[in-house]
Amino acid sequence: MHMADALLSPAVGATFWAGTLAAIGYASKKLKENLDDKMIPLMGVMGAFIFASQMINFTIPGTGSSGHLGGGMILAIILGPYAALLAMASVLTVQALFFADGGLLALGCNIWNLGIYPCFLVYPLIYKPMAGDGKSPQRILFASLASVVLALQLGAFSVVMETVLSNKSELPFGAFVLLMQPLHLAIGMVEGLVTAGVISYVRSARPELSSSLAASRPPEASVSLKNVVVGFAMLTLITGGALSWFASTHPDGLEWAIQKVTGKTELVEQKHGIALVLKDIQEKTAILPDYNFKPDADAAKRNEKAPARPGIEAGTSVAGIVGAMIVLGFILLIGLGIKTIRRRHRQ
Amino acid sequence: MSFDEEYFNIGRLDRLSYQDTVVHRLDPRAKVVCTLLFLFTVISFPKYELAALMPFFLFPVLLTTLGDIPVKFLLKKVAIVSPFAIFIGIFNPILDTRTVAVIAGVPLSAGWLSFLSILIKFTLTISAALLLIATTSFPGICHALRRLGVPAVFVSQLLFLYRYLFVLMEEVMRLVRARDMRSFGNRGSGMKVVARLIGALFIRTVERAERIYSAMLTRGFNGDMPSLKEYRFRSNDGLYISLTIVFLAVFRFFPVTDMLGHFIQESLR
Repeated sequence: MHMADALLSPAVGATFWAGTLAAIGYASKKLKENLDDKMIPLMGVMGAFIFASQMINFTIPGTGSSGHLGGGMILAIILGPYAALLAMASVLTVQALFFADGGLLALGCNIWNLGIYPCFLVYPLIYKPMAGDGKSPQRILFASLASVVLALQLGAFSVVMETVLSNKSELPFGAFVLLMQPLHLAIGMVEGLVTAGVISYVRSARPELSSSLAASRPPEASVSLKNVVVGFAMLTLITGGALSWFASTHPDGLEWAIQKVTGKTELVEQKHGIALVLKDIQEKTAILPDYNFKPDADAAKRNEKAPARPGIEAGTSVAGIVGAMIVLGFILLIGLGIKTIRRRHRQ
Repeated sequence: MSFDEEYFNIGRLDRLSYQDTVVHRLDPRAKVVCTLLFLFTVISFPKYELAALMPFFLFPVLLTTLGDIPVKFLLKKVAIVSPFAIFIGIFNPILDTRTVAVIAGVPLSAGWLSFLSILIKFTLTISAALLLIATTSFPGICHALRRLGVPAVFVSQLLFLYRYLFVLMEEVMRLVRARDMRSFGNRGSGMKVVARLIGALFIRTVERAERIYSAMLTRGFNGDMPSLKEYRFRSNDGLYISLTIVFLAVFRFFPVTDMLGHFIQESLR
């Protein structure tokens, strides 16, 4: 499932973009070191292949609903982790641009969730040891099943983390995890079976193909568990550091806004409970005192003594609605105006 | 038109991007940078913000009208991808029921406020991304990415992906049509058949890649993909970027909508 821009906070979006760009840069560097020119068209065409194969729907047994291939793991198995990451990243880029699947700021998160996990974590640690030399169909089946399921679980968990850290959704962490993980377990099982089917079909139909592919793909650094763990620990530290920096400078979206609006870090009255939150929202929707056109002492007084039904008394939310209507009407007029002028121009 | 046809109907976006309008003539770099700034500004608004987001509709509206992009087509595309945002966002009104305002007797809860805010941010960000591709061709964007420092390997295989996307999609349509003709009802859509279909597609793809590679070698390919179209950064592009920055800064840091509403209320009183 693709992360969406609207659920993301700038801090989380930027952090994951930074991690993803670092990974893409690293993969590009590794590829450049010993690149067979043949790889470039192969990677591009394989990306297009993932795209095209997603058009083939299949029924998920027992449910009647249909699914399609995700693709990260198949790319990793065929192209190796570095080339696969770039191919997957470009598939997701095209999806973000043409189908607006996710969005451009969430693209960093999506490449992380659907590209980095299968290529850099699951492939070297799970698939390779399990599949061995890749000659036995049983081993391929179990290896692909396990790795696709694991990669999707990690991806789904990441979506939860990103959403919760962004704090735009009210979904509590626990419920969200319980919603996402089983859903992606089912999807992962099916995708794992299809992945295994494709790999073994290709191996039996054209055995020479896999060896020629293996020959042209860049050699992988011998991946040890230690390197991967150290690498991810570093990334986690950086990510955590960046996030906590954002978190400490902007305590949280709402508080940060209040701080900006009122110039105070803390609200004086009502320190606990729901009333405080309500007060927060009221402060938030209220207009800046500095920007008031005619400072209205009465309104301020009413504001102070009526916390039971905040927001509306001050007339601030009404002002917001009125303003919004006017702005939207204005924008619509501009749009229609330009359209008519252009049409007349053309005739 | 079925969902899939709609979903994969990318040819139209591609054709739109080859028009010649004020927006299309801008340098791709300027458009990429401005779109990213716009997205960052929009999602930087806090959870419960509604009114202050409204002025930002000006950006997509201007691009749509000046760039001759059909509005209906754009809105349809936005609607198609909306389920995920709605699915996550709909929990807000359910879980966050504190009343923040009573408008015309109807209580408005904080959850609905944040849900609406998510939907508006969603519409703004998605339409901005679609407008970027509809007013800048995909090769143009790739070129901009290259000039903005994205690694060459990545950019050239993005270009490859795009070029062969259309070819492979037609290949798939042939495969799927052949399957559909040989199967009644749901037969043939099981996983076994699909795995073989994808396997067949895979073999065709790899063979195609080999042919492409040898064809490119004979034409002097050395790992780089030069572009024939020359892009130059002109004063228009500078103007576009500065105007966008001013616009974003003004509406991000001043509650213009609220001020306007207050002003109207005061003058009506």
